Amino acid sequence: MILTKSYEAPPFCEKEILRYAGCKSEDAKLLRLLRACIEEVKDKLAYKVCYRELPITIAEETCDFGSFTLYSQNLAKNLKDCKTVIVFAATLGVEIDRLITKYGHISPSKALMFQAIGAERIEALCDAFCKDIADEKRKRTKPRFSPGYGDVPLAVQRELFQILECSKKIGLSLNDSLLMSPSKSVTAFLGLTEDGIDEEDEAYKTVKGKREMNKCAACMKTDCAYRGV
Amino acid sequence: MTFREFLKNNIVYLDGGMGTLLQANGLKPGEYPESWNISHPEIITRIHKEYYNAGSHVVCTNTFGANILKFRQEELETLVKAAFENAKAAREQSSAEIGDKKQEKFIALDIGPTGKLLKPLGDLDFEDAVSIFARTVKLGVKYGADLIFIETMNDSYETKAALLAAKENSDLPVIVSNAYGEDGKLMTGASPAAMVALAEGMGADAIGANCSLGPKQLKGVVEELLCNASIPVILKPNAGLPKLENGQTRFDVMPEEFAEDIAELIQKGVRIAGGCCGTTPEYIRTLTQKTYGFVPCPVTEKNITVVSSYTHALKFEDSPVLIGERINPTGKKRFKQALLENDMDYILSEGISQEEKGVHVLDVNVGLPDIDEVEMLKNAVCGLQAVTDLPLQIDTSDVTAMEAALRRYNGKAMINSVNGKKESMEAVFPLVKKYGGLVVALTLDEDGIPENAEGRIAIAEKILETASDYGIKKKDIIFDTLAMTISADNLSAMVTLEALNHIRRKLGCHTSLGISNVSFGLPHRDAVNGVFFALALENGLSAAIMNPYSADMMKTYYSFKALKGMDENCTEYIEKAGIFGTAVKEPVGMNPSGNTKTAEEYKSELQKAVISGLKDKAGEITKELLKSTEPLDIVQNEIIPALNVVGQGYESKTMYLPQLLMSAEAAKSAFESIKVFLSSKGKKSAGKGIFVIATVQGDIHDIGKNIVKLLLENYGFDVVDLGKDVEPWRIVETVVKLHAPLAGLSALMTTTVPAMEETIKQLRLRAPWCKIVVGGAVLTQEYADKIGADKYAKDAMETVRYAEEIAG
Repeated sequence: MILTKSYEAPPFCEKEILRYAGCKSEDAKLLRLLRACIEEVKDKLAYKVCYRELPITIAEETCDFGSFTLYSQNLAKNLKDCKTVIVFAATLGVEIDRLITKYGHISPSKALMFQAIGAERIEALCDAFCKDIADEKRKRTKPRFSPGYGDVPLAVQRELFQILECSKKIGLSLNDSLLMSPSKSVTAFLGLTEDGIDEEDEAYKTVKGKREMNKCAACMKTDCAYRGV
Repeated sequence: MTFREFLKNNIVYLDGGMGTLLQANGLKPGEYPESWNISHPEIITRIHKEYYNAGSHVVCTNTFGANILKFRQEELETLVKAAFENAKAAREQSSAEIGDKKQEKFIALDIGPTGKLLKPLGDLDFEDAVSIFARTVKLGVKYGADLIFIETMNDSYETKAALLAAKENSDLPVIVSNAYGEDGKLMTGASPAAMVALAEGMGADAIGANCSLGPKQLKGVVEELLCNASIPVILKPNAGLPKLENGQTRFDVMPEEFAEDIAELIQKGVRIAGGCCGTTPEYIRTLTQKTYGFVPCPVTEKNITVVSSYTHALKFEDSPVLIGERINPTGKKRFKQALLENDMDYILSEGISQEEKGVHVLDVNVGLPDIDEVEMLKNAVCGLQAVTDLPLQIDTSDVTAMEAALRRYNGKAMINSVNGKKESMEAVFPLVKKYGGLVVALTLDEDGIPENAEGRIAIAEKILETASDYGIKKKDIIFDTLAMTISADNLSAMVTLEALNHIRRKLGCHTSLGISNVSFGLPHRDAVNGVFFALALENGLSAAIMNPYSADMMKTYYSFKALKGMDENCTEYIEKAGIFGTAVKEPVGMNPSGNTKTAEEYKSELQKAVISGLKDKAGEITKELLKSTEPLDIVQNEIIPALNVVGQGYESKTMYLPQLLMSAEAAKSAFESIKVFLSSKGKKSAGKGIFVIATVQGDIHDIGKNIVKLLLENYGFDVVDLGKDVEPWRIVETVVKLHAPLAGLSALMTTTVPAMEETIKQLRLRAPWCKIVVGGAVLTQEYADKIGADKYAKDAMETVRYAEEIAG
């Protein structure tokens, strides 16, 4: 069955937002603009996720999710050792899109800031959800993997939207060109490995710590404008 | 008995969940439930029958997602036909089993959302949505629906599209139900009161809430529906929320509790009840048993005068409503110029700044002899509804334009206007009836404007009578007793006020006036307007069409409310008093980051303002400068050098994009002062050339494109912005028509680059002279070469440099 979760706002990370806005350092004027934008948007965001758990079997480089299969070297590698996977869709709702549109007409600097805030917020929501799932299932999670990334085709969005009923569950819809509306949304596969979390497991802590610090380092796209390392 | 007759005197029970039962019967993830009408008719029929047997008066066909987006037309027809056969078989079987003497059994054509979000938030056009629903409606009519049930809609605009399709393609009763979130609003923001205004205005037979939550969580929504609706209210909640229990997912409200919660709300006035996800025939049986013998609450006329937007309802009560009059070309050269140039940004910013001044409704008048008013009004209404959630007043004398705008309007609009002429009423009232609306009625007729109050009151009475023949209620008419200048007739204001007073107090109707007309031809008009406004308010004015930039008007408004006890502790007055008529000043004296020069080193105040990104200040200084300096000199010696400092800072990475944009906005504000100055002299600034810009078809990201546009405008290009998701032919047509030397295309996604390639191909064919520059997150030099662009620009500044090179 498809389940849904709503979250309280995770803490805002100004540094991360400025990175998305293309600023490598900050000054008083930028911070004032950023904080005014956060103030304007903060009560207008939803933090909603819908998800379901699917079985996963991997043969060669084909991932079989029961109701559909997907050929992808990268995803097969990511989900290796997993017996189940959480597929999920997360969204911030329509209000941030409305603000981006509004300020696109009257103040592109603010539109840009809202864009950056949206990017930081949706990632923060995904982080919160993935951590939540790991805790709830008492399992380890693989780094989440989204359609359009690596060799996973964007077209798999159609399958995800159908099995997650995103429109009905969280008001997220898929456009003909496979873009999502509201735009500040993410869909992803989250692999669960069978061994439960051992809080004392030093090796896990290291891996986890490393991943959180070095998200960019693990990424294949080395020519990215936002690459942090 | 028909459904409408039955609804009049009874509590109507709907069925319960279908999807969850199908899953229990083996429906796979991702499989279309509608396909089971054909593959498993016996299961569908059994479920319907069990609901009838449990006491449902209405079962909904298994057609929630049966639309042309998911199925081909033949498939769709087969599915809908089978769905009705299953429901009819269930009805017969149930009658045979339990007898039908005591229980009415209706079949509702079930219509759920398309699963796509409508423009401007998504990519589905409103009219396409109407056509999609229309196909399903026609099939429902053909195969024998007793009523139409539009349900689980989480967007007001899609609800409107479905309701319109139902009304245009059938005479069946239509009941409408929305899915509300935990915040008590639809996903796209509408409150229950706003949905009542919209649905009731368009003639829905009932309005309600279903799905998403359990009965307890929907209580607040239901209460809001009940106190606003003059039509029956529906409640069809889930069996609570799905919870994970010992590895099994189940809904957390059991039949007994479910029935108790709904029984309580039936006693408060709910007239149509059932269950949604997670509910079963057992839930419905428990509900019908628990509420057996309940006397249905009467549905009362609420007599609320209301308009709405896609978020909220605005009620006309004691506190007067302010309607901003600034979106109107009359007497405004700069606005006329914007209309002629199709400068939508200008029109939209007029809307946004009036909202900031505190108006409650925006009047929208874009009529000019030389423009296509139908297209322009429709675009202005849609454009405004993408940037402000204020309700709009559609102001036009062109009935075709009025209909086009009303059709697209997301909510229940104000309509300006109808009058006592037969011809006017015959043209406007059918539109009010069809689309809903609060219509401004002018007290004039074939014989003109009566000179005395009695004449105007008589016309008002005539208008009310005619409206009633069309089924339009008194509450949906607001009278304008016509303010005319006292410079022509000394007593005209008194006549207007006398008629106003009578209509408000004796006829009990709401009233509106265009305040500013009263002072036409006089000096210091604000003074007269302010006092006239106060007099009108005291005589019962419900709404004023006014200029919110006038400090006198705003002072009058907030003082009046404070004096009349409408402003507790004078809170609002105190809050507004500080800003009457004065702009909020921006802090000054900041330096852009990383720049070695301090602001003092730039030679002029204007340059400082632009470089520091001070929007209002840059505009004000320019206004001052224009008194002594030629516009061209200001551009050449002040603005451009300042922009160059910023542009170089950005290119050398000592300034970042947000800072570049803040400066560009400040420069734009300076240019705007120049434009106003020039258009007041009937002149226009000479540009460097036309640059057509668009985000390509299928792509809805436009922030990058907007940034490029802003900078190009700063550097003197006449940018023609076609917006986002633009078809190749529209771009080609515009370039050819304007013989544009430059076109810029933007795409963010790999999936939309083919649309860019196609656009370039067509441009090459029909506009070989045009240089094409491309940009966007997904593009690279390599990609740009492959699809045949002239130039790949990695950022906005690079586009500007290239455009300048071409413009030479």
